[in-house]
Amino acid sequence: MIRSTSNNNERRLPEELGLQDGKFEVRVLRQDGPGQPSYWQRFLVPYESDMNCISVLQNIAAIARTAEGVPTTPVAWECNCLEEVCGACTMLINGRVRQACTALVDRLLRDRPGVIELRPMTKFPVIRDLVVDRSRIFETLKRVKAWVPVDSYLDLGPGPRQSQENQEMAYVLSKCMSCGCCLEACPQYLRIELTRREGESAEEFERRKQEVYHRAFIGAMGIAQIDLFNTNPIGRMNSTERLEALIAEGGIQVCGNAQNCVRVCPKEIPLTTSIARMGRAATLYMLRKWFDR
Amino acid sequence: MSRKARVVVVGGGLAGLSVTMKLAELGINVDLVSLVPVKRSHSCCAQGGINSVNNLTRQLGDSEWKHFEDTVYGGDFLQHQPPVKEMAEWAPRIIDLMDRLGVTFNRTPEGFRDQRRFGGTLYPRTAFAGATTGQQLLYALDEQVRRWEFAGRVKKYEFYDYLGPVLDENGVCRGCIAQDLVSMEITALPADALVIASGGCGLIFGKSTMSMSCTGSAASRTYQAGVRYANGEFIQLHPTAIPGADKLRLMSESARGEGGRVWVPRRPQDPRPPEEIPESERYYFLEERYPKYGNLVPRDIATREIFNICTKEGLSVEKDRLCVYLDVTHLPTSVLERKLGGILEIYQKFQGVDPRRVPMKIFPAVHYSMGGLWCDYERTAEGGLRIGSPRNHQTNIPGLYAIGEVDYQYHGANRLGANSLVACIFAGLISGPGIVQLIESQRRLAAEHPGGIFERVVEQKRKEFEQLLARPSDGENPYLLHKELGEVMTKAATVVRQNPELDQAYEKVCELEERARRCALADRGRWTNQNVVFTRAVQDMYPLAKVILRGARLRDECRGAHYKPEFAMPEITASDAAERRRQAIEWCEKFEANNRRWLKTTIAEFGPDGHPIISYEDVDTSLLPPRPRLYGVVGGEIIEQVWQERQFARV
Repeated sequence: MIRSTSNNNERRLPEELGLQDGKFEVRVLRQDGPGQPSYWQRFLVPYESDMNCISVLQNIAAIARTAEGVPTTPVAWECNCLEEVCGACTMLINGRVRQACTALVDRLLRDRPGVIELRPMTKFPVIRDLVVDRSRIFETLKRVKAWVPVDSYLDLGPGPRQSQENQEMAYVLSKCMSCGCCLEACPQYLRIELTRREGESAEEFERRKQEVYHRAFIGAMGIAQIDLFNTNPIGRMNSTERLEALIAEGGIQVCGNAQNCVRVCPKEIPLTTSIARMGRAATLYMLRKWFDR
Repeated sequence: MSRKARVVVVGGGLAGLSVTMKLAELGINVDLVSLVPVKRSHSCCAQGGINSVNNLTRQLGDSEWKHFEDTVYGGDFLQHQPPVKEMAEWAPRIIDLMDRLGVTFNRTPEGFRDQRRFGGTLYPRTAFAGATTGQQLLYALDEQVRRWEFAGRVKKYEFYDYLGPVLDENGVCRGCIAQDLVSMEITALPADALVIASGGCGLIFGKSTMSMSCTGSAASRTYQAGVRYANGEFIQLHPTAIPGADKLRLMSESARGEGGRVWVPRRPQDPRPPEEIPESERYYFLEERYPKYGNLVPRDIATREIFNICTKEGLSVEKDRLCVYLDVTHLPTSVLERKLGGILEIYQKFQGVDPRRVPMKIFPAVHYSMGGLWCDYERTAEGGLRIGSPRNHQTNIPGLYAIGEVDYQYHGANRLGANSLVACIFAGLISGPGIVQLIESQRRLAAEHPGGIFERVVEQKRKEFEQLLARPSDGENPYLLHKELGEVMTKAATVVRQNPELDQAYEKVCELEERARRCALADRGRWTNQNVVFTRAVQDMYPLAKVILRGARLRDECRGAHYKPEFAMPEITASDAAERRRQAIEWCEKFEANNRRWLKTTIAEFGPDGHPIISYEDVDTSLLPPRPRLYGVVGGEIIEQVWQERQFARV
């Protein structure tokens, strides 16, 4: 017998995938806007080989009809690279937080025949349908000063030499695409949803939001970014600023060590290792501060 | 510098971020407009690396000049040479800068940056960070821009769609109009200079290796507002992509740079699994046909060879789907993990097959737009660029700049691997000081401009938005129209181009454009309406599609990525020495005649009837005289010899 080597090597039978008339059901938890009630909608999507959840959503946008045949608006969702390097298309798929682009339909239907369920992330305010406001993640990057504060962009020669070991550690941490999976899975990372007050200007609202964000938990990705920049040979020179963020309100002490973060990270970043390392760094820093007083 | 001066940058990939950070450093406030959060820009998809001469290659005889020469030769001499020379000279300093900014470049055991070899060169010039170099470079610049955002000098407009520039009564750019994609509000952003850094236009071809934001809409809107579009017909296909239902995913050139081999079974559609096919029954066609460069021939050549071996020669691995093997299974585990981990992971994630054990199946896909918005430069007597000249990267509209993949300046008819990242960052760094000069020479800042111009354009864009929402619901489906456009473009304007097909495709595109005017929206809401954004982007694809097709139709020659078999150069067929020489002389004469006719930049202007008006501009080849590109040409040695003699005779 000839062994099949076709790309999606294990071709599935329709029964195994739970298809009906060559279609499968997609349930989407929709919401028309912030503060609006959410509701489920069902869609029937024709099965093709090599599908992922992106092509499912593209398909829904093109048909724009529910399973009952009622015209509806296309589901709103975020995506860009479709290669799992940009982090945009993060959502809950069959209850698990992940990127839609690497969620292959064959595998999903094999594990749960006939149906795929899509929901927005729960730790961020819904803007519409599967689109959530993740600006808090980028605020965290400001808060932990996740950058190398170089003198200028003029030519000042190469950066410091680094060991392979150091590069490998930094590279792994630096692959964080700010997708938010670790935050979604974290019991201590709580959803913050603010609404604009009457008479409050857009700028004032933005400022208030930032202030609230800057006091809330930084989460695993924030801690790992401190680790990254505090081990960078130049970034290390400003480690105090980041250690201050680490021990401030909403810092590492909030972590309850559930270790969910490391299990859901699509880039397999050793988040708990960073948390442990940064926990020690925080303790040392506080002792030093205490003795230096 | 006056604190009130502002620059708007459209696009937050490598080019947009590098100009933003440079301008911020120079004291200018920047508004950064992007369809997606800038950290999610398409630059993150670049995998392989970034080129420059380095301490190692210098000792092998490399120099800035050779990097320049490889780039120009690889691009078939179609680029103006001064900007390329300047870029090659800056390249080592750019990599040093990125190193300081914390890019996690791979290291040698002694702690230096490691380098590998890429296509179109014989030197290991390419620095890399695993197999996600673009992502790492993007993050370093994103971090610097966030630093300036924190300092209050940069304001980001993420999830905003750029709708077009605003020009004053003298035709000078004074800013742009943008739409908030959450609230759908349309606003004017006054600016003393507008920089378009919006990337490529791959989605015009339906599926490509590009991200979903690479619709070309910003380029198209700028072109429709009067900026010239140059060399539109030069579209690079990446030879090795993974076919997929939603996207053709890139398999980096670094897989070949690290020793990956391309092959097909000698027996057509050999049913055995690849690992059971013995060496002798494998056809390593690139290595056999191009002994000097092997698997690392320039991309246009690798693409054509893979395409031909599957179509003309019928040696595709599968019968129904065209593909060849890209094999890394023989490489040591340490190389696979340390240097290629990221890209192999992508293959495994999307194909469910482990490429460390089973050869990958790949096929060419649309990958990069060499052409783009026309822009200027100011040349020094030595043939470089004058630093600080406001002309560098300025388009034909004063105050409007184009940088990055959306410009046309560095890659000619074909881009070399790992040159795009350096070109994007360089374009940002070189244009920054020039923009400051421009602003300093202005008497009046945009913010002080007498009102009226912004309000008028905002009003007009609002009206267009309302009209779009008010269309009858029984019209055309924009998603299907996009699919159709992609099929037409992929068939007519990718690897092989034929005039009759290009004519048909042009007609078809005009018809689709007409139909797109009747696109219906399934969503008429005024909140996060992605339907509007997509439909508008699709409508704006047609003008650029026409530029690509018209440029390709008129260019009756083969150059770089543009290949028309009807006009291919002859091969040296004779075996008799005298006859071979005669054929080679004829070849050289034909080559020179062709250059006199076609060594020119294609310039497209948006005509009043929506059709492009095409003209041609001479190319500055003053530093390096054009010569035949002879990678693997049959009879290349004798052509080379005759060519040398002729050059010598001329001196």
